[in-house]
Amino acid sequence: MHVTLSVNGTEHALDIDPRTTLLDALRDHLDLTGTKKGCDHGQCGACTILLDGKRINSCLTLAVMHEGDAITTVEGLSTPDALSPLQAAFVAHDGYQCGYCTPGQICSATGMLEEIAAGWPSHVTDDLEADPALTREEISERMSGNLCRCSAYPNIVDAIAEVGGAAK
Amino acid sequence: MNRQQTDIALAGGRMHQSLAHDSGRKHVSGRAEYIDDIAEPAGTLHAYLGLSAIAHGEIVSVDLDAVRAAPGVVGVLTAADIPGENDVSPPHKHDDPVFAEGRVEFLGQPVFAVIGETRDAARRASRLAKITYAPLAAALDVDAARRAGGTLVTEPLTLVRGDVDAGLSRAKNRVSGRMTIGGQDHFYLEGQIAFALPGEDEDVIVHSSTQHPSEVQLMVAHVLGISQHAVTVNVRRMGGGFGGKETQGNLFAAVAALAAKRFNRPVKIRPDRDDDMIATGKRHDFVVDYDVGYDDDGRIEAVDAVYAARCGFSADLSGPVTDRALFHADNAYFYPDVRVRSEPLKTNTVSNTAFRGFGGPQGMLAAERWIEDIAYALGRDPLEIRKANFYGQGDRNITPYHQTVEDNIIDRLVGELEASADYRARREAILAFNRTSPVLRKGIALTPVKFGISFTATWYNQAGALVHIYRDGSIHLSHGGTEMGQGLYTKVAQVLADAFGVGIDRIKIMGTTTGKVPNTSATAASSGSDLNGMAAADAARQIKARLEAHAARLYEVPADEILWVPNGIEAGGRFVPFTELVASAYLNRVQLSAAGFYKTPKIHWDRGSGRGRPFLYYAYGASVSEVTIDTLTGEYQVDRVDILHDVGRSLNPAIDLGQIEGGFIQGMGWLTTEELWWDEKGELRTHAPSTYKIPLASDVPPIFNVNLCDWSANREETIGRSKAVGEPPLMLAMSVVEALSMAVASVADYKVAPRLDTPVTPERVLMGVERMRAGG
Ligand code: FES
Ligand code: FES
Repeated sequence: MHVTLSVNGTEHALDIDPRTTLLDALRDHLDLTGTKKGCDHGQCGACTILLDGKRINSCLTLAVMHEGDAITTVEGLSTPDALSPLQAAFVAHDGYQCGYCTPGQICSATGMLEEIAAGWPSHVTDDLEADPALTREEISERMSGNLCRCSAYPNIVDAIAEVGGAAK
Repeated sequence: MNRQQTDIALAGGRMHQSLAHDSGRKHVSGRAEYIDDIAEPAGTLHAYLGLSAIAHGEIVSVDLDAVRAAPGVVGVLTAADIPGENDVSPPHKHDDPVFAEGRVEFLGQPVFAVIGETRDAARRASRLAKITYAPLAAALDVDAARRAGGTLVTEPLTLVRGDVDAGLSRAKNRVSGRMTIGGQDHFYLEGQIAFALPGEDEDVIVHSSTQHPSEVQLMVAHVLGISQHAVTVNVRRMGGGFGGKETQGNLFAAVAALAAKRFNRPVKIRPDRDDDMIATGKRHDFVVDYDVGYDDDGRIEAVDAVYAARCGFSADLSGPVTDRALFHADNAYFYPDVRVRSEPLKTNTVSNTAFRGFGGPQGMLAAERWIEDIAYALGRDPLEIRKANFYGQGDRNITPYHQTVEDNIIDRLVGELEASADYRARREAILAFNRTSPVLRKGIALTPVKFGISFTATWYNQAGALVHIYRDGSIHLSHGGTEMGQGLYTKVAQVLADAFGVGIDRIKIMGTTTGKVPNTSATAASSGSDLNGMAAADAARQIKARLEAHAARLYEVPADEILWVPNGIEAGGRFVPFTELVASAYLNRVQLSAAGFYKTPKIHWDRGSGRGRPFLYYAYGASVSEVTIDTLTGEYQVDRVDILHDVGRSLNPAIDLGQIEGGFIQGMGWLTTEELWWDEKGELRTHAPSTYKIPLASDVPPIFNVNLCDWSANREETIGRSKAVGEPPLMLAMSVVEALSMAVASVADYKVAPRLDTPVTPERVLMGVERMRAGG
């Protein structure tokens, strides 16, 4: 089946099995291997990408459903010489160990900070009317869909807090 | 004390510096290459395993016609297709077939592999096999294995010191009990994977996600019936290992290599997450039975304990794992009379394997259990009992394996943590809180860690490194260690940069390959930087000696007037940049390459007599955890954790803090939420993150104060006087169990030890509370 995917600003025409997940299309057909496969079940977050700026698990959606959507992967967040603020903060805070979850963490955090800015409440937000504060608790709760088996969580949260201008 | 922060340097090249991880920029931009990211050559095939459907039985018939006929299938492989040995047993016991032959011994055992044009085609076809079995009785756990006669997978071990029977009968007080300790899935985020490329003659290159490339090389050679020299195994990095890739990659590498040679095309194998969890080994679960004698002050007089482990169907590393459980049966405590025995039981489950701590955590956890028993029996704070039993300085310092503890710092370390965490005042406040709180109850506990460093298989304590300096002054570094996120590559590069006085950017860290450094040991037992750092330092020493002799000749100064300074040397007062020195050395035909080697001194171990010095030194640490439980639901949270941990003189404080934090959290997962559950047929029902819960960001304690013991330096001559850090912090999580125990015990006014088994799930907390309410 034909589909045209817009990934990191570039259009790619693909002829793929309609059952191909967006994750497999990115990795196997477009050679964008920055996005990782941890479980293929929507349960680990390693495959998180941004779809029109919103974070999703790319293993849980089919590529053919995304004709016309703006897809951003970890490769699209930076140029080789200039890291995005979140990417630079992960380096400065040692926000990884093995690095396998890292692309998913960074895409997820990028989308998450937008959600907070848009005033979306989370499970731990006390006041649903006010804008949520960027506390460590909020960050941890909102990042709980991205597993890190190395448990680099304290540094991951530090990095995100710094970029988001966390309330202490 | 607050959480220790360290500024991370993006450039530099010194030991003891918090240098950023060498792959950091690649990790954050998605450019770090894992094996599944390597560009596939045209014609790459994909293998997938067909797994057994029962736990134990004779294979009556195997019909693979439908598999072969499925679309996209190129062929299938079974035991009959193996030209060499059908075995990947790490201790060479011939009990670990690549493909089951004649009988299957656990549910999920590989029986065949299907090779397809795509992974999807191979995976779909793997489900089409028609295999019939004549089922046999399956022993799934320790109790069932004992009932069935107690077959062992490997030789058990007994450690004895003193006369335990006399010690027990002399003791004023006695306590006996049983503790059941759960296992743990590694859940490395990158699953098992191997990618094999056929070459000319018998050659094959295998990219394997393994902690032990030399063993994968040997296993592939055995399975293919060829020499080791024909097999090259490469691994640049793993997406997590934790012990799960010490031996468990062997089978995948063997299947990929077998298929690659058979079809003369590149072959990749990568199981999906469920199959990875079902078909690969985990941390051993243990049942520990103990009998302990102690005096009225809570001092232990004698310990008699048996450590039974569910080993699964084959030996794998169960021998050394259960040995290490016994080596840590003392944790930080002196036992005047002691006898500890291992029982590595054969069960019809997946063969359990290495996991961070390697049996040590299970051994220590049991020690903390009887300390707790004694404290509750005497109505004392468990910390007082711990202190009363710590190893002494100069006396009371012989372990059950007759090694003298020479580097004991546990008193000082625990004293500092007790003060910085404000343990006493918080414990008083918690006791007061619990007196009036009807539903919520709190607990606090401080537990120590003493962990022995070195492989107990003495010959494993060797390492090699290969260092080249090229004409332009750039440096190539290879060593036998593997990178799985623990920062080993960065640390060894720091050692080398420090030796030459250059920036780390001058050094290219090569992926690990059997072609560069032969006969390496697994990157395991926390030994990676101890061993490989020393090997790299040895290579640097050789090249530096040649450069010094060269400079002395060239600049006509005595060799002792050559000084190494940052970015070059001073020869009789004149600065010569490193690049200029190297360029002139080349023109003067000085060899600019060296193979370094290191073997750990002082260690020896006689397993037969249970005596020796298996460990070069010990790493120490301690933690305080505070928890709150809900006595109506069993739910709980970990409110605060304080850690003080000893890494000697840290090679890289940022990396070491990350290891400590990560190790603690992973240990907390093992002891609280990670529950493996097999049904009565022997099928693992917790085979994906949907049913197996590892810690999340939101599970990290909201107050988490982690600090390095900044005054500690290794008494032994290790690299930079540092200490190993990979495994010991995992056991810091024991204080969470003890704190939960205190909260539960409050329900019966601390009169009875709750004896919670692990993992301490909310269900177990609730059951504990109900036991307390029913009178203990
Ligand atoms: S791979 Fe998509 S969530 Fe795990
Ligand atoms: S860094 Fe290893 S899984 Fe997160």
